[in-house]
Amino acid sequence: MNKNYFEIKRAGINTTFQDQGRSNLYHIGIPFSGAMDNRNFQISNKLVGNEVNFPIIEFAYQGPLLKYFGESINFAITGDVKFIIRKKNNTIEGKCYQSFALENGDELDIISTNKSVYGYLAVSGEFDVNYQWSSCSVNTKANIGANNGKKIEDGQKIYILNINKNLSDKKLNYINTKIENIRVIQGTNFDYFSDEGKKIFFEKEFVISKLSDRMGMRLEGSKIENIVDTNIKSEGLLKGVIQVPADGNPIIMLSDHGTIGGYPKIGVVISADYDKLVQLTPGSKIKFKKVELADAETLFKLYDLETQNLISQI
Amino acid sequence: MIKNISNLGDAALYCDFGSEVNKEINSKVIRYFKSIQKENIDGINNLTPSYNKLIISFDLRKKNFKTIKKLIENLDITNDDELETNRIKIPVCCDENFSLDIKRLEKKLQITRDKIYEKFFGKEFFCYMTGFIAGMPFLGDLENELQAKRLETPRVKVPKGSVGLTEQFANVYTFESPGGWNIIGNTPQVIFDSTNENNPNLINPGDVVTFEQITKEQYYNYNE
Repeated sequence: MNKNYFEIKRAGINTTFQDQGRSNLYHIGIPFSGAMDNRNFQISNKLVGNEVNFPIIEFAYQGPLLKYFGESINFAITGDVKFIIRKKNNTIEGKCYQSFALENGDELDIISTNKSVYGYLAVSGEFDVNYQWSSCSVNTKANIGANNGKKIEDGQKIYILNINKNLSDKKLNYINTKIENIRVIQGTNFDYFSDEGKKIFFEKEFVISKLSDRMGMRLEGSKIENIVDTNIKSEGLLKGVIQVPADGNPIIMLSDHGTIGGYPKIGVVISADYDKLVQLTPGSKIKFKKVELADAETLFKLYDLETQNLISQI
Repeated sequence: MIKNISNLGDAALYCDFGSEVNKEINSKVIRYFKSIQKENIDGINNLTPSYNKLIISFDLRKKNFKTIKKLIENLDITNDDELETNRIKIPVCCDENFSLDIKRLEKKLQITRDKIYEKFFGKEFFCYMTGFIAGMPFLGDLENELQAKRLETPRVKVPKGSVGLTEQFANVYTFESPGGWNIIGNTPQVIFDSTNENNPNLINPGDVVTFEQITKEQYYNYNE
């Protein structure tokens, strides 16, 4: 049997297998996980002719350096990513949203993301990964998912099965846009905060802290004053929920969040803005803008339609 | 039985059963949770029961707040069924290498460690919920004399298997994790097993748990 595989020369900072994530497990303490930026995840798969929910490799900031062995294969990278392909006799500058071929012995060097956090690597085949609860998504906290629930490490091999022989070049004209205004719906503990605190939340800028990862995004700025209680009886969390602990600095729950928490919820990021939110790098400034439920529902429909349109253009 | 249903963001229902923490309210939450789970409603992608709240999240591509709210309000939740409960015994070793905060607790509570252990091991606990980290059970209720606040500075790493106390609750750290509970011992028992997909949690909401003290030798020989 032919073995097609990547040898990992450099793993990168936070490189994991992800897919659409796993559902209906909050009650036992397991979050969705899954690709942080769902749109870019799905597009990467479509660019190599896969079903949109196939396992991909997600990386953050510095990506992996992979050496390929095996029969010709296509790959695509999405996000805002700088990468090069080293072939025997030449080096090719990579472009996102476009498929490229890899031959035996080629190296793919994913140097870094540009002013964004996450990028996605899909190949025209299936990564040989194990699934737990129908998902390969790695949750490093509970060691669940592919690769024994761990990040991809230096020196390991990643096998690829069922390579699609009908390789055709695919391309999408798309540029990631950035947002500074994050739209939120008021949280269930909105009234725990002083009038001044509420005003700060919706009017002042916050800076994204370095202490942000797949679990949560910490923000720094003017302190939001709590006038009721800095703790609530622990209850469920969701991705996008903004909690404000006693120190007055908001924390936004992201895809690998703890499933329950005891800090008051001042707001929830609307579903339409989640993919863009997770791409904001530490040091970026953001502002929260209040929207009502009905508007949030419409905005998500539009966002989802746009994603479907992009996918159908490929 | 739900006092109020509101939205938490654009893709979840926030069902409020009251503000107190007690078995009666929590049993209602668990009953709703189990009934909705059985209904297998298309579009619902997570249920999170806690002390007195139930959060129902859904796929916004398939459903919205209004449609799910209506479905939940029209569900016929029978009140009379006894909740299924398992009785579980958890072995705990209180060797000084494991009981990281026992000295601190003696000071905080102004009682001896023997008294703390006597009360702790003589008690039957009720599992209110599981979560935060995979499989972590929140067990109650400790009597007033054993109630202490969290550590002022939480530990960066609480060892896996640690058994901790905070306020009226006890829990078990199913993974090494940051945390601020007062640690009184450690269990060799596997509480969360991700390879058992149908039943990964040893302890589930509604279960009754007792702890049994074991020696260091028994601890190290436990899995042999």
